[in-house]
Amino acid sequence: MSDQAIVEKLKAKFSSAVLDVVEHRGETTVTIEKERIVEVCTFMRDDLGYNFLCDLCGVDYLGKLTPRFMVVYNLYNITTKQRIRIKVPVAEENANVDTVSTVWGTANWHERECWDLMGISFNGHPDLRRILMPADWEGHPLRKDYPLQGPDREPYQGRLS
Amino acid sequence: MGIEQPKTLGSGFVVTSLDKLVNWSRASSMWPLTFGLACCAIEMMATGAARFDLDRMGILFRASPRQSDVLIIAGTVTKKMVPVIKVLYEQMPEPKYVIAMGACACSGGIFDTYSVVQGVDEEIPVDVYIPGCPPRPEGLLYGLMKLQEKIRAERNTFGAVIGIGEVIHHPA
Repeated sequence: MSDQAIVEKLKAKFSSAVLDVVEHRGETTVTIEKERIVEVCTFMRDDLGYNFLCDLCGVDYLGKLTPRFMVVYNLYNITTKQRIRIKVPVAEENANVDTVSTVWGTANWHERECWDLMGISFNGHPDLRRILMPADWEGHPLRKDYPLQGPDREPYQGRLS
Repeated sequence: MGIEQPKTLGSGFVVTSLDKLVNWSRASSMWPLTFGLACCAIEMMATGAARFDLDRMGILFRASPRQSDVLIIAGTVTKKMVPVIKVLYEQMPEPKYVIAMGACACSGGIFDTYSVVQGVDEEIPVDVYIPGCPPRPEGLLYGLMKLQEKIRAERNTFGAVIGIGEVIHHPA
């Protein structure tokens, strides 16, 4: 089944939830509403055979896009060796998405990482705590407005300052 | 006429100071902890291997901080690693020495970021700093020899152990 056919199936089932479809150099990216993500992911796994979540990551489009964040799900179908990417826009003031760790177990740690570094929380996650930063860390350092050298240091202004 | 050559030397005696004797033994058996944090650890391993051969200087890597005299901080120290380094340092018996190997351990190096300690001397005392990114094995050897010099210059090393005064690190 081609990527196009898969997108058509998605559109047929979740027509109102599909916000955008982009095909670039053979890679298909589908943007959907964040409220439907668990439904869509379950459908992708059970009916379209995407049985492996390669990666789940957060993107910060500070000053470039509203809503500010995007959560990206890279899926892989091990049987047909096909890939597809699903994106979910997330607003800054309400930065949370339903967890897909019930769909793919591997999402558990990926979502922890995403929360740890981006500050996007995942509703219904079984164990949402920091995974990379020390347990007592404050803030989410991969956000674009996080000071690179940490909040307790004067930012580096260049050699001549 | 001539002085009769002795047949053996075992019954002879040597005159030296206690400081020199203790320092000689300490400087000749600096055992570092097997502990690497980043790419500097690769150079440290190379220094320990056959080509540069740290063993010839009595420097043997030990797998336990309880048996180590020297802590070589070989690599980038992240803030998450600090508690680990502190525990290892505190587990080492006195006398103990710390070598900051490479730019990262000395000053944070290229990693001027929120997650990296800007020099391990912010957390534990450092005896020798070795620059380089990473330092070549010759650099590490030079640093170890500098540490030997420092150990040899200490005074009252034995007295401090049995409770008479303190070690004098920089004798006048």
